[in-house]
Order: sequence, then C-alpha cells, then structure tokens
Amino acid sequence: MTVTATPPSGGVTGKVSNYLDERTSISGAVKEFGRKIFPDHWSFLLGEVALYSFVIILLSGSFLTFFYQASMATVEYEGSYIPLKGVEMSVAMASTLDISFDLRGGLLLRQIHHWAALLFIAAIGLHMLRIFFTGAFRKPRELNWSIGFVLFLLAMAEGFTGYSLPDDLLSGNGLRIIDGMILGLPVVGTWISFLLFGGEFPGSDIVGRLYTLHILLLPLILLALIVLHLMFVIIHKHTQYPGPGRTENNVVGYPVLPVYAAKAGGFFFLVFGVVVLIAATVTINPIWSYGPYDPSPVSAGTQPDWYIGFADGALRLMPPGLETYWFGYTWSWNIIIPVLVLLVFLALVFAYPFIEAWVTGDKREHHLLDRPRNAPVRTAIGAAGVMFYAVLWAGAASDIIATHFRVTMEGVINTLQILLILGPIFAFMITKRVCLGLQKKDREIALHGFETGRIVRLPGGEFTEVHQQLNDYDRWQLVSFNDNAPIMVRPNERGKITGSMRRRAAWSRFFFEDRIAPVTRTEHKEALEHANH
Amino acid sequence: MANIAKGSDGSELVATSDKRLSGKELGTAVVTTDSFENPGLPPHRQRVTDTDPRRLARAARIVAWLFYLSIAGSLFTIFAYMFFPIEDGDTTSLRLSTLYIGLGSAFALLAIGIAAVHWGKAVMADKEGVDERHPVRGTPATRERAIEIFKEADEESGFSRRTVIRNGMIGAFIAFPLPAIALFRGLAPMEVDPNNELKHTFWKEGLRLTRDPTGVAIKASDLTIGSSVHVIPEGLAELPEHEKLDAKAKAAVLLVRLKPEDLNWTSDKRKSWSYDGIVAYSKICTHVGCPVALYEQQTHHLLCPCHQSQFDISNECAVIFGPAARPLPQLPITVDAEGYLVALSDFEEPVGPSFWEREK
Repeated sequence: MTVTATPPSGGVTGKVSNYLDERTSISGAVKEFGRKIFPDHWSFLLGEVALYSFVIILLSGSFLTFFYQASMATVEYEGSYIPLKGVEMSVAMASTLDISFDLRGGLLLRQIHHWAALLFIAAIGLHMLRIFFTGAFRKPRELNWSIGFVLFLLAMAEGFTGYSLPDDLLSGNGLRIIDGMILGLPVVGTWISFLLFGGEFPGSDIVGRLYTLHILLLPLILLALIVLHLMFVIIHKHTQYPGPGRTENNVVGYPVLPVYAAKAGGFFFLVFGVVVLIAATVTINPIWSYGPYDPSPVSAGTQPDWYIGFADGALRLMPPGLETYWFGYTWSWNIIIPVLVLLVFLALVFAYPFIEAWVTGDKREHHLLDRPRNAPVRTAIGAAGVMFYAVLWAGAASDIIATHFRVTMEGVINTLQILLILGPIFAFMITKRVCLGLQKKDREIALHGFETGRIVRLPGGEFTEVHQQLNDYDRWQLVSFNDNAPIMVRPNERGKITGSMRRRAAWSRFFFEDRIAPVTRTEHKEALEHANH
Repeated sequence: MANIAKGSDGSELVATSDKRLSGKELGTAVVTTDSFENPGLPPHRQRVTDTDPRRLARAARIVAWLFYLSIAGSLFTIFAYMFFPIEDGDTTSLRLSTLYIGLGSAFALLAIGIAAVHWGKAVMADKEGVDERHPVRGTPATRERAIEIFKEADEESGFSRRTVIRNGMIGAFIAFPLPAIALFRGLAPMEVDPNNELKHTFWKEGLRLTRDPTGVAIKASDLTIGSSVHVIPEGLAELPEHEKLDAKAKAAVLLVRLKPEDLNWTSDKRKSWSYDGIVAYSKICTHVGCPVALYEQQTHHLLCPCHQSQFDISNECAVIFGPAARPLPQLPITVDAEGYLVALSDFEEPVGPSFWEREK
C-alpha cells in the first residue's frame, strides 16, 4: 500500500489510504510493522491457539449474554425439554435450558463457548510449557512470563465462574466445594464465604455476582493483559530456534505482509472451524441430565472441568484426620495444606525465570531458544513440575480410575499419594539423564559424523562402518548451544565471602555440575585427524 | 567421561568479540574463542510451486476454489437454520439443527483457513527475510534524557524537597480506597452473624423426619433393615424455594436402619439418639460439604462422591478413609406416639465443613 502526498492517486484504495493517513498517520505503523519478520515453528502456534480461542470465546459469549439471565429467582420450567417440565429451578438454569432447547443454534453456541474455553486454557498451558522448556522466559522476557502466568490464572477463574453460571446440580456442587474450602481458611474463611454468597450457602446472590465477574471484570483485565502481552512480543521481537544463520542479533523468518497475515489469519479460521466442528458433534456439559441444583443429591463420579482437576486432586490426596483445635479455633489442615501446596506450586511457576536468572547471573539478552536437552536441569525441573501437576490431576479422577480399571479406590489414592512425592523426583532424575544422554549423542555425531550403514573390510581383515561427517549447517545445530558451568565461590571487593555467594555457588552446582560442553573447533579437528589415520 | 567438565575452568573463560560483554555479565555462561563459526543461512530451497508452473497454477486454483466453497458453506448454514427448525420437545430435530448449522459453519471456516494458509505457503512469494535486533534498553542518549526529565520534574515540583506534601499525598493515596473495603461489608446482610447461622439447622425437637423431596413423614415400621432414606425435616418442603435450599444445605439427613447389635456406641447418650437400630446422620460432608450420598449396605460405609471420604455408620460415622477429619454429626431421633420418627433436638454440633469459629 503506498500512501502518497497530495494529490492522492491509485484509485479508491489510494484515496481511502490517504484519507486515513491524514487523520491517523497509519502509514508509520504500516512502515514499521508491515514487513516485520516473524520466525516460523509449529510450537509458536500454541500461543496463537490461545489468542484465537479467546476471540472465539468473546464472540460466542457475547451471543449467549443476549439470552442468559443471571437470576436465582425460582421459576417452574416450561421449556421444551420434556423430562424437566414443571420442575422448579432458578431463572439462570431455565434460561440456559432455553438457549439449549428453544433457540436455534443456541446449543451450538453454548458448546462452542465451552469447548473454546477448554481449548483456551489447554493452549495456554501448552504455550507455557513451550516457553519453559525452550528457555524463552530468559532476559528480556521475564516480565512477559509473569503477565502470561497471570493470564493463565485469569483463564482458570473465567472458566470456573462460567462453569457455575447455569446453576445446575454439578456446578452447584462445585460451588459447595469452593465454599467448604473457603470456610476452612483460618481467621477470614467464615466471613469471606458469607460475603461471597451474600449470606449462607447457596443463598440467592452468587450467580449474579459470578456473572459480573465472568462477563465484565475478568474479561476486561484479561483483554488488557493480552494486549500488554502482545505489545511485549513486538517490543522484544519473537524468539527463534537456533540454526545456521540465526544469531542473537537477528530474526530470520517471513514478513507480516503478506505471508504471516495469510498464515496467521488463516490459522484463526482453522482454530475456529475445528472448535465449531467439535461443538457441532460432541456434547459438552449436558446440564439437562444433571438437573437443577439441590444440596442433597449428587451423582457418583462428579468431575470438575479438566483445568480445576489439579486443585480438586490436591484436596482428595490429603490423608484423613488433619484438623486441630488450637486456642479455641479450628485449624482445618485438610484445607490449609492443599491450598498452601497449590499456592507454593504456582508461586514457583511464577518465580522460575527470576530464580534461574539469579542462579546463572547471566545478564545478556537471549533471543535464541534452547533445545530442551541443552538445559538438562531446567528440563528436568519442568518434567518434575509436569509430573507433580499430573499426579494431582489424576487425583481428581481417583474414583473414575478405580471403577474403570477395577481397582480399589483406596489403592488408587494411596498410590497417588506416594507418587506425588516420589514421581517428581524420579521424573527429575530420569529426564536429566535422558537430556545428558542426548547431548552426548549430539556430541558424538558432531565429532565423528553419522553412521552410513556402509561396512567396509580393511586390508587387515577388520570390519568397520564408514562414518560421514555432517555438513556445516547440520553440525552447527549440534554445537551451537549455551554452555554453563558452576561458578566458584569468590570473595567480594571487601574480601568477604557472602552467604548469598555461597548459596548461588551451591545452586549453580545443582544446575550445571553435570555438563556436556559443546564440541570446539580444536576437538573437531583432532577427531578428523584421528579418523584419517 | 572426558567430555563432562566438572566445575568451571577459569582459563576456558575468555572475553567475547562483542565489546559490550564483560565477564560479569556472563554469569555461569561459558564463552570460548574455540567455538565453531555460524555458517550463515543455508542456501534457499525452492518449493515445487516455484519450479513447476503447472503446480503453481493448481495451487492457485485450489485456493480460489476453497474460498468459493466457503461461501457455499455459509449459505448452507443459513439454509440449515431455516429448514431444520427445532420442534417442541423433539430432541432429534434439535440434534439435526445443531449438527447442520455447526457442520455448515465449520466447513465455511475451515475452507477459509485452509485457503489462506495454502495461499501463504504455496502461492505467495517464498522470500525469507532477516530483521536486525537491537537491545531492548533505550540508547544511552535516551536513557540519559529520561533521567534528566525526572530530575527536572523533581526540581520543578519539589517532590523530594517538600517531604510534608509528599508524605501527605502518599497517606491520602493509601487512605482513599479504604472506604471501598468498608462498602464490601454490604455484600452480606448486616444483621446476620455467619458464625451463628452455621451452628444451627432447621431441625428442632419434635419435627418429624420426612422423605426428600416429597415431605412425607416416615414411620419407624416403614424401614426394613439395610434400607436407607434421604430425609428432610417436616415443613422444609413448604418453605419458599430459596429458604428451602439454604435450609436443606444444612438439614439434609441420611436415615439408615441396621441391626441394633451392628451399632457400636461410645456412650449411652449417643445410643439413646438412635431408635431400634435406626440412626440419622447429617448428609453434609465434614470435609467441604458435598452430600455424602452413597451408602454401601454390606459394609455400612458411607462414601462422599466428591473427595472419597468414607464414614463407618456402625461406629458413629467415624472417618475411615479420605480427607475428612471429623465424623458426620448424628441427629438425635426417637418415635412419637403415632410411631413416626421425630427429632429429639437440633444437631448438637455444627454440621458440614469446618470453619474457624466452630468451637467457639
């Protein structure tokens, strides 16, 4: 698009462009961003999936607000779902049933909204794992990791508030559990529960309050933070995987206009299409089969939406009898401990970039990603975290696992309790060893080349397989990674060895003691000479 | 293992070619002069659409066709909306309406998506570009100017100098949101004390035990050994809907009849709360409040489906597994003159999840 000064030329497009530019100076933005280069990799699409799901959620959610009524007033259901005809329920539940059964496309939109929400959180989770395992959180991106982490929490909060809106039996039980957890918190629990529910559980306020959070407050914060998150992506420019020609000082890839506009724009439609396809064919949250909320019945095998599973699992895996009476007050350790465990886990996730930055003391900017194997301890820590999360998550399905695999529930829970402690330790050790093994293999190939499968017999009768050296580009992939070594304890300017120095040295040993150094030119030359003898 | 270097080797550390980096900035990172040199971008590989004009023409045709097919999909969706109405009470018509509207729009969307991506990958010029990166921090001149601006502003406003004004402003900023916190007290009714509410239920002396949800009173003789009944107090079913749910959330009870000799009691008082092997326990889990609705007749165990706490009815509903910490509270019951089961009193302890002031 060219924007000329007076007089505008180039037909209608030129005229419109000129009109806009003279009022917005948009040509500057086009000049700045139009040919901006973005690197290419499938794993960079995970964040895009999250972003696009959010857009789908906004679109479908707006439609739903035109029909949903967030009231807990009681009505007799008169809609067209026959099994519930005449049943007393809240207006919220009745309007959700009306959307599902009496509005053309209503059920589809509800299911699009729910599936997109599930996808949103899943994509955020996978995106975070990608960032973690490739070290994309390193300077200068630590703050953007923090923003992303808050987005993850907000997405879960959005999920939970939305899940509770239909006021059906399952979501009511979910709220009951939240209420029970809040009540168990020391000092403030009783009052927080009372204020949240506008009196006793369930009361008649909670759905309306959650609705305000769900459609106004949380989306507003979410949207603002997403904008900030993306602004940082532009400011930092995207990270790229290491490779020939790629350095810390460049970005190799394709321009926004036209290639990325087509690919990323098209990808939005692909994500949207897949969500609609799932929503059209797979039922999600069939509230009509649960019925309206009633504090007395509950169905066996109750499950929260998947992303709340790890919190529910933490509750389930507590051993019995953990409650004490101190100073005349009730300390519900069976609530406090899981809540603390979750908070500490989340705090560690939040803080990891800052912890690693402190340990390495590396003040350089990092725009080239690490291959996970080339940061063995980080990758192992990530695996341990994934294991911890996975065990908690499995805990939320302990009863389903027991009934499906015909084992005792007690057995499942006790096994998971042990796994929660040992699993992350084993995951750490195994992952670290696997990474080191892969690094050694890389080193081996970089030094001696790859096996050709060609066996030759030497004049002396010896059989040997011919190795072929890699070309420069392939070798570069294997030798160009960040190498770290533990720091030595050194006195500071005043000749003192500080405690902080000792701690940093100890942590740097933990991270980098087992280390495979990248192949150097000298080593490679020696290997070549050796092979030629 | 010769290739594992343990510990840092000072001689290995050398300054990099980049003058901005000092050893201090590197931290644990090891940078050597002996490392390989970046071979630069590999030669460009042409796509099949770059070399074969027929393939390029075909790809362009596919892209165009997909966009037109997408239009067809959108039109189909509108037709599906019109010609597959939802008939009242007919779930098949609902399923068809949902399916066709969904399939039509999914097709329209996917066609656009595939077309655009294919256009980008196969038809558009395949020109890889390279952008230069600059440090995120501002240039030295910019940073200097920023500091200068702050200094000037401080000088002109007297922010650092006039401490009385500054501290007053900070104090005011801290104080002004406090009324908002006070306003939040209004989220719950003023006159009700939560602590008191959580300690009492709808049950009181003489109320009959009635079936949930019908409200039909239960005679002791109605219950056979091994049977279990979900119970609400007499009069609860007639409450207005919301009071009903609030009351039920605390008053729901599970009534079970066992052989009297299967019941073990810690005191005669507790035993007197039962009638001929009939016992009534709060149905609200002492963990986080789910209804403990699953009764296992053979073992006399109650199971909470939410977090798998198990309670043993033969031993005063003691916790035998799971995260719950306290037994389910027992409702004292007896029979009245007509043989109906009635409550002797409210529960003697708060029902449901633990809370801070529970023992007060």
